[in-house]
Amino acid sequence: MTRRWFRSPAPATGDRPDRPPDPHGRATVPITTEADVAVVRRRARELATELQFDTFSLAAITTAASELSRNVWRHGGGGYAVLERVRDGARVGVKLLFVDEGPGVRDLDRALQGGWSTGRSLGLGLSGSRRLVDEFEIETAPGKGTRVEIVKWLRVRR
Amino acid sequence: MTRVPILRIRGHLLVPVQPDLEDRGAQDLQNDVLEAIARDRNRRGGLLLDISSLEFVDTYVARVLADTAAMAGLMGRTTVLCGMRPEVAATLVQMGYLLEDVPTALDVDDGLDLLGLPR
Repeated sequence: MTRRWFRSPAPATGDRPDRPPDPHGRATVPITTEADVAVVRRRARELATELQFDTFSLAAITTAASELSRNVWRHGGGGYAVLERVRDGARVGVKLLFVDEGPGVRDLDRALQGGWSTGRSLGLGLSGSRRLVDEFEIETAPGKGTRVEIVKWLRVRR
Repeated sequence: MTRVPILRIRGHLLVPVQPDLEDRGAQDLQNDVLEAIARDRNRRGGLLLDISSLEFVDTYVARVLADTAAMAGLMGRTTVLCGMRPEVAATLVQMGYLLEDVPTALDVDDGLDLLGLPR
């Protein structure tokens, strides 16, 4: 099992919480058709809109949700997404989880570098999504599927 | 029947690209645009893709737009991508996708200036 963690420097109030996330607003969305990719994207955008993310962050979250759910559908043979709001002290954010039981990402290093792809996309889906969010965690193994979790924190202007 | 609105403006073709461009819609867009180019009697006009209604552009949609421009190019049309929102420009560059092969303009008006009058 290959497991990678990526974290941008944590803004403001310290590290990611280890306690269970706020259960409110948690939703599981199946991804079995291409139409479901649009559903995940719309739900992610709605959740982020409720939290009053700015338009730049909304575009980043929507785009990352689109890339990662499309990967589940196209490369993973389907799966599901879990969307929820997270809280860490004073700050809030959205956490999106994408799970499939497909063939897994064969060369994770290359996939995370970008510019390489096995499908019809540009090969920037994984690497690009990683650059759009604050936290990015991926677990994948040959034949065991892929699990990607991303978090975007709401920037609090003081 | 044309599913994608294609307008004619000052001798050029203008396509207001609709949101939620999925596989099916992408194919329709490309086919309809190419057929419109083939039918168009004004052979020297350009192609304006207006993406101002797109709230996000992921790598898939970006690829569809770039492919459409490349296809139009093979048919002798210059494409200008018009009206990209600020947050879309920021997102694409952050992802490392610069869409360098396609000329861009702030809006349709500037796109028309860029293309000039059909020769």
